[in-house]
Amino acid sequence: MSDSASLTTDHPGQAASTTPPARGRSRRLSDRWLAVVFISPALLLLLAMSVFPLLWALYLSFTDYSATRGGPANFVWFENYTAILASAQVHLRALTTLIYVIGAVALQTVLGFTIAYLISRRTHGRGLLTTLFLVPMMLSPVVVGLFWRFMLDAQFGVINSMLGSLGLGQVEWLTRQQTALFSLIVVDTWQWTPFIMLIALAGLTAVPKYLYEAASIDRASEWFRFRTITLPLVWPLLLIAVLFRAIEAFRLFDLVYILTSGGPGVSTETLSFHVYKVAFLGFNTGTASAYGILMVLVVIVLTQLYLRYLNKLKED
Amino acid sequence: MAVSVDEAVSTSPVQDHTPPARRFGLRGRSVLEVALLAVLAVVMLFPVLWMIETSIKENRDVYAIPAKFFGFTVTLDHFKDVFVASGGGRSTLSVAFLNSVVVAGVSTALATVLGVPAAWAYSRFAVKAKKDQLFFILSTRFMPPVVVVIPIFLMYRQVGLIDSKLGLILIYAAFNVPFTIWMMKGFVDEVPAEYEDAAMLDGYTRLQAFRRFTLPLLLPGIAATAVFALIFSWNEFVFAIFLTSSDSVRTAPPAIAGLIGGTTVDWGLVAASSVVFALPVLVFAYLVRKHLVAGVTLGAVRR
Repeated sequence: MSDSASLTTDHPGQAASTTPPARGRSRRLSDRWLAVVFISPALLLLLAMSVFPLLWALYLSFTDYSATRGGPANFVWFENYTAILASAQVHLRALTTLIYVIGAVALQTVLGFTIAYLISRRTHGRGLLTTLFLVPMMLSPVVVGLFWRFMLDAQFGVINSMLGSLGLGQVEWLTRQQTALFSLIVVDTWQWTPFIMLIALAGLTAVPKYLYEAASIDRASEWFRFRTITLPLVWPLLLIAVLFRAIEAFRLFDLVYILTSGGPGVSTETLSFHVYKVAFLGFNTGTASAYGILMVLVVIVLTQLYLRYLNKLKED
Repeated sequence: MAVSVDEAVSTSPVQDHTPPARRFGLRGRSVLEVALLAVLAVVMLFPVLWMIETSIKENRDVYAIPAKFFGFTVTLDHFKDVFVASGGGRSTLSVAFLNSVVVAGVSTALATVLGVPAAWAYSRFAVKAKKDQLFFILSTRFMPPVVVVIPIFLMYRQVGLIDSKLGLILIYAAFNVPFTIWMMKGFVDEVPAEYEDAAMLDGYTRLQAFRRFTLPLLLPGIAATAVFALIFSWNEFVFAIFLTSSDSVRTAPPAIAGLIGGTTVDWGLVAASSVVFALPVLVFAYLVRKHLVAGVTLGAVRR
């Protein structure tokens, strides 16, 4: 592209602006050249650190390479892929991940929207309330995970202590198969409800007041107003938030690692965590790469969906 | 927002003490809403308060059954342990905090230097397939870190970047560049292109016009964007735990997570280091609260 740079000085129409540039000046840097110089360093970094690694993983996914064994990688073509797709273990992890993603995102959406709705009906102290509710979201998953692990501890955890003083039984939150995944969902919900709340609040405050005033002149019921004014106007933005959370929940790793390490048994082992075990504990790099590529495909589909809605939102 | 009185009474679940007077229905509902908000706020904030409380408790109060909410002895020993090793000198945690500052700071600077010009170029020029490029850039940010880290690990092993701060800085810069471009493009779009056109009519080149007229207007936006990038790098855990191992390189998140590795866990110390770790984030997040919606959606949603 830089070859043609010297030629384009005659055609400044490439620029987004419609104003013709001043005449009689030698402009050493044409707009086209400037764009290339400004954009390519960022793109090069992305190519080196995101695209190239993924291409390498794609190559490894067709081999039986192992990071510890070393030696040459033998091509096995689609063997890794068929093995993964046929594996009952992977199916179980996929189910766990699905339950986790749907459970957590649904809870966050309902709770987050409720809080946003309640806050939007307040006239005083909105800013303070919003700020307070946002605290969990800004914390590192490490801090969140550690802290909930302490609070959910079966022996000296504060949650069980409170249950005890209410006369309820003790629950082994993180060490029983039935409750561990539920605890994971609760912790993720605690951290990310503010995210949905923040975006829902942005949507709710953007609803024009006159719509409500018109509706109340018509003596429309509150539920009717909510259904026909609030929800349709906030929904597009909420959908963006929900998709965003779904992608994040799908690729979540740190919280599982800190909170349960996939246990007890494999009850909280999500796909992300399983990839980690195959790659870094089993050192089946080839298999793990194929596994990873399959996950990337899922993420790409979700991201496309997200970007499509985002585009639609921007065009409106 | 006017609520018609009849509905307020019929929908309000407060029944016991509400006198039949209709005016009270409105008030009752409002009280109920405030109460609900208060309960939710307590639930959301309790873990944070509990963390702070644990960090200033003595060890025997930390493990007290039933849990002590009030009336414990306040101590700052745990905070001292965060920074000072038991035999005197600097603790491994304080080294980790310092590493975090270096890694987050340098990677943010790098992402800003690469991202801001790119955002300006994307905003101002007719780049080929601009939309596709921008969407591609954002989608690299959504890749699962556990997957990306496998080839990155092998790559770093080849070039000797494993267990080095430079390796972490590069990967953090790479995941902050898409964010910086998207976030900054929004800010650049808000500055009219006519300013630059006018400057160019006065004889400046476009580069000079950018440097002398647009850039100063972008500074608040750059600051907000950099703060978010700083928070993302500061909180990052997955790359840090897989790409670094020695105490002199490790950043704070894996170091704090490492505190629970042993047979006994000093939860007071965990709490204190978590507080020290989270405090700057909360301060920074408060500073950029106006841009929070754009920041947490990676610059995709702007209101």
